[in-house]
Amino acid sequence: MSNATQAVVCRDLRKRYVTRGQAPVDALVGLELTAESGECLGLLGPNGAGKTTTIEILEGLLEPTSGEVEVLGMRWGVDDEALRQRIGISLQETRLADKLTVAETLRLFRSFYHRGNDPMETLDVVQLAEKRHARLDTLSGGQKQRLAVACALVGEPELLFLDEPTTGLDPQSRRDVWDIVRRHKERGRTTLLTTHYMDEAERLCDRVAVVDRGKVIAVGSPAELIQRIGGEHVIDFAVQNSHGPVPGVEAFGDLPSVRDCRLDSDGFRLTVGAPHECIPALVARLSVHRLELTRLTTRHVSLEDVFVNLTGRRLTAEELADKGP
Amino acid sequence: MKRYSPNWELFLCRMRMFYREPEAIFWTYGFPVLLTIGLGVAFRTKPPDKVQVAIEGARVLSDIRRTLEDDPAFQTFVGSAAQCEAWIRKGEAAVAIVYGEGIEYHADPTRPEAALARLKVDEAIQRAAGRSDAVGIKSVEVTARGARYIDFLIPGLVGMNLMGGGLWGIGFVTVDMRIRKLLKRLVATPMRKRDFFLSLIGSRMVFTVPEMLLLLLTGWMLFRVAIEGSWLAIAVVAGVGALSFAGLGLFLASRARKIETISGLMNAVMLPMWIFSGIFFSSKRFPDVLQPFIQALPLTQLNNALRAVITDGASLASQGVPLLILAAYGLVSFVLALRYFRWT
Repeated sequence: MSNATQAVVCRDLRKRYVTRGQAPVDALVGLELTAESGECLGLLGPNGAGKTTTIEILEGLLEPTSGEVEVLGMRWGVDDEALRQRIGISLQETRLADKLTVAETLRLFRSFYHRGNDPMETLDVVQLAEKRHARLDTLSGGQKQRLAVACALVGEPELLFLDEPTTGLDPQSRRDVWDIVRRHKERGRTTLLTTHYMDEAERLCDRVAVVDRGKVIAVGSPAELIQRIGGEHVIDFAVQNSHGPVPGVEAFGDLPSVRDCRLDSDGFRLTVGAPHECIPALVARLSVHRLELTRLTTRHVSLEDVFVNLTGRRLTAEELADKGP
Repeated sequence: MKRYSPNWELFLCRMRMFYREPEAIFWTYGFPVLLTIGLGVAFRTKPPDKVQVAIEGARVLSDIRRTLEDDPAFQTFVGSAAQCEAWIRKGEAAVAIVYGEGIEYHADPTRPEAALARLKVDEAIQRAAGRSDAVGIKSVEVTARGARYIDFLIPGLVGMNLMGGGLWGIGFVTVDMRIRKLLKRLVATPMRKRDFFLSLIGSRMVFTVPEMLLLLLTGWMLFRVAIEGSWLAIAVVAGVGALSFAGLGLFLASRARKIETISGLMNAVMLPMWIFSGIFFSSKRFPDVLQPFIQALPLTQLNNALRAVITDGASLASQGVPLLILAAYGLVSFVLALRYFRWT
């Protein structure tokens, strides 16, 4: 094993989907990614960015068009059997057999692994012990998802892949899944997950790789990524002018400590280092232009701001709700 | 540490998925039995039909009328000459006796039962008038074992069930698992693909046993359909048949990603066999030009072999050719299925 400390290495990963009668689609265009052993790495990006394609290539379910992939120091196509024994997978959407019970399902998955956890203990970990005799068609969405994660954990994997583990779950269920992932991490094991939830990436991941249009455009811990924007605070405000047109972004870019200024549909967004210097100057500037302030809020920079800064667009509600292809 | 057998767990799960699905139980076990009972009752063996005779109500015919009315083999209608002609025309009577230039039989020669009816009526009338046989011959009534429709039907239904069970029980279930992405999830584990296919086919073989027993027992208990051959021979023929259709089911399901696709494929494969392979009526009824095609269908071979061992009590050794054809179907489709199988 050449890279014992690196659980996952991708170099110049490319994937082109070719459908007869349609233009080919490039899902990945030179994606580079490294996951250190023992860390929780999140792939963050909008639908269609290439997250699932990447994770399925790493899981050995898809073949890349080109590029190098190394998982736990091994390669797909050479060490498949050994790799399958050492990784655990939760796909984006799997409907397990409705008529089987929770315990039966987990026992089945356990039987495929040479080594692993006792199915009952795993059910304790995901808090489904009480439901062990329930058939799957009686479980809630959150319970089904915890069982899916249990199926990934029952082989005691060194490397856990979770593709959008909390999409569509209620807040409590999401927290339950996060707890399971944290416990896996506490045992020194690696997790690679995809998400389009900023809060999930921020709270759960040691490092985040922002994926957009088939490649990683930034990678680092949530704090590093936020720092890289250069400011720590965001001032959101909106104005109206009863006498004439509203000025553009250039009217505010030179205010004290402003690092970045954007105008989008709901108003202006200033990324600033020192709000206490910027806000008085902003108010003075508004009165010069005879502009009326209709809204003003300040907050800390979030991962979402990082995403907006990097891609020039926001993850819209529709994008979050839509399931990509 | 506890040992887990993936083969056994896969097999158990498949069994549970089947017996916890009431619809599957009904279509596999209930429906064929109901079909057997329905067809057995509809086509039960009846005493020979009465000969329907129209008689003109003329006084000169009253002796003949009495003779025929007293004989249980005849059903008589009495009316005017015109009515008698009408009964013949409508097919309500096979022969009419009228008084024209003496006693006359009127019958339509294009109707097959007319000639027989005329002979029977004439025989009864002449015998009543004192005719005796020139040569004395005793007539013995024989009903051959296994010659009734129900005797023909039961092995055909067993064959049809083995086909339906194999194709639906394997094909449909496989495509359903593919749609659920359960196949993709399974192939993402270290599960050996061989174990998966073995469990599918193994569980299908187990479901076959009660299926066969139920049909054969229903036939025997309700209609006294005799089982002439050895149970071993029947089990081997049914087993090879079940394997053959299981392979075919797996092959049909190897690529399909929609329920509509697999349903269409199944029906396209089963429809010709429902018609040509001799389930409800003999495949010999089709013209000779079609016979090579009909004999090449796996269900034809299975039904032939089942009828041979169940009805005729044939030995297993005599069924080598149909068994080989069935095994070849199973093997070729199984190999193709493994080759083209789509897990995602």
